[in-house]
Amino acid sequence: MNAYDPETLTELLRALPPAPERWVRRAQQIPRHAGRARPFARLAGAFGGGAAVLAHSTQPVEDETELPAWSLRAHELERIEVQPRWPERVDREWAWGAATGEGVRVCVLDSGIEQGHPLVGEIEGAVAAIVDDDGAVRVEEDAEGDLCGHGTACAGVIRAIAPGCSLTSVRILGGGFTGSGPAFLAGLRWALEQRFDLINMSLSTTKPEFGRILHELADTAYFQRTLLVASAHNMPVESYPWRFASVLSVGSHEEPDPLTFYYNPSPPVEFFARGVDVDVAWLGGGQMRCTGNSFATPHMTGIAALILSKHPDLRPFELKSLLYLLSNNVGAA
Amino acid sequence: MTDDPLFAAAAAAGALATEDTHRSLLQSIVDVARAILHARASSVFLYDEETDDLVFAAVSGEGASSLPGKRIPSGTGIAGWVLATRQPLVVEDLGGDPRFAQDVAVDTGYVPKGLIAVPLLREDRAVGVLEVLDRPQRPGFALAEIDLLSLFADQAAIALDLLQHARRAQAVLKGDDELASIARLAAALSASGERREAGLRLLQALTELVAR
Repeated sequence: MNAYDPETLTELLRALPPAPERWVRRAQQIPRHAGRARPFARLAGAFGGGAAVLAHSTQPVEDETELPAWSLRAHELERIEVQPRWPERVDREWAWGAATGEGVRVCVLDSGIEQGHPLVGEIEGAVAAIVDDDGAVRVEEDAEGDLCGHGTACAGVIRAIAPGCSLTSVRILGGGFTGSGPAFLAGLRWALEQRFDLINMSLSTTKPEFGRILHELADTAYFQRTLLVASAHNMPVESYPWRFASVLSVGSHEEPDPLTFYYNPSPPVEFFARGVDVDVAWLGGGQMRCTGNSFATPHMTGIAALILSKHPDLRPFELKSLLYLLSNNVGAA
Repeated sequence: MTDDPLFAAAAAAGALATEDTHRSLLQSIVDVARAILHARASSVFLYDEETDDLVFAAVSGEGASSLPGKRIPSGTGIAGWVLATRQPLVVEDLGGDPRFAQDVAVDTGYVPKGLIAVPLLREDRAVGVLEVLDRPQRPGFALAEIDLLSLFADQAAIALDLLQHARRAQAVLKGDDELASIARLAAALSASGERREAGLRLLQALTELVAR
């Protein structure tokens, strides 16, 4: 009798008493494509798992190239091989020298973007998250442009730093200006589905019930290689999403150089970028000199776009680490 | 809000007594905000959720006599922008585009050159906006001004919140004559005066009589 033969093993297991419910559940949770999990499932079966466990564990493996999810066995090391990306010492020339942001898709989640503004140029697309009277939210093409100027101002800053990047507007602040949590969430979900490289959010919400969902969306973004860049604010209340570790949060410094930025060793604000006396795009093709974290944030988005256009495979944590190393107060600037 | 009439009466009495006090507090806030930043004017806006308007709740300096009570749609002007994004903002050359100065130029003709605006946040709500107009421009001072005004805005937000509660309580009173009478009596008794002691004794006697 060969105990390793599946049919024999199945016969043997059928004779055993039923497995405890929790073992069966555990085995059934193992993804079928997780090849390395099959021995575990067999083991569970051998301890009395019975045919149900074995039947599940011997399903055909659909995708042997899928990376392991929960652990790494010695013979699978080659499956997680990562090509070295960074030189021994990084500097700004390596990070974004000669880069324009070309090939990088940036989303501006805001009040819309005025198409054709001289400081913004053409944009790839524009949608709006609209809340109906019955509370339902829909995302549809937006022909309104910008209703208040804030999104255009942010887009202009990004464009000034990364002229070659693609800009898409997601309008979540409506004509009533005050916006709404559901529109915010729907707009962000849509942006995540489009898999933008960067999402600029020069705004925040103070609603805890939206904060929890935003936290999940921020983590989803982080793992799908979409970096959320969000304005911090200095008000004595809780607000989101800038406080989340999966987001790159930005406050203002007072210096005039658009490429000067600092790492903050005392989070939750992680970086300081130019945010004082910034000449921003204004509605009607105009300009306005403004100060606020709203304008520091697109500076970091623009710089991140430059880096990603030269190093498109960087994951959010790598991008953040690189920005840390390139900060003016860290030394690689 | 509880259905207990005693609680309602007590709350209403508080509302009657403090509407003026809250107004004074708001006025004090804009006066002080204007003074500490050496500005030409300062305004505090209350956000009216029902009408989606921003209402001038108190004004110091330019517009002090004409603006309080005036309404502007929340989609208009810098104040609406700050309310929507929850982000403080400084604009230095506002005169270049008067369309966006409507929140301060209503009926006055006064168009400021620059302003600093911070949202008034109370717990998870944006209750209004505090603006300071035409303060002297000092290089390298904008962030310090934002920090200072943001701290101050917390106080303004609390005052606005109290004002909104007082108004809601008054709205309840207007729809209930009996409660209003009790509240007025409670308000009168809570004030100091020669007749207070006598009034309290009379009320005690009345309570005993009614309770029998």
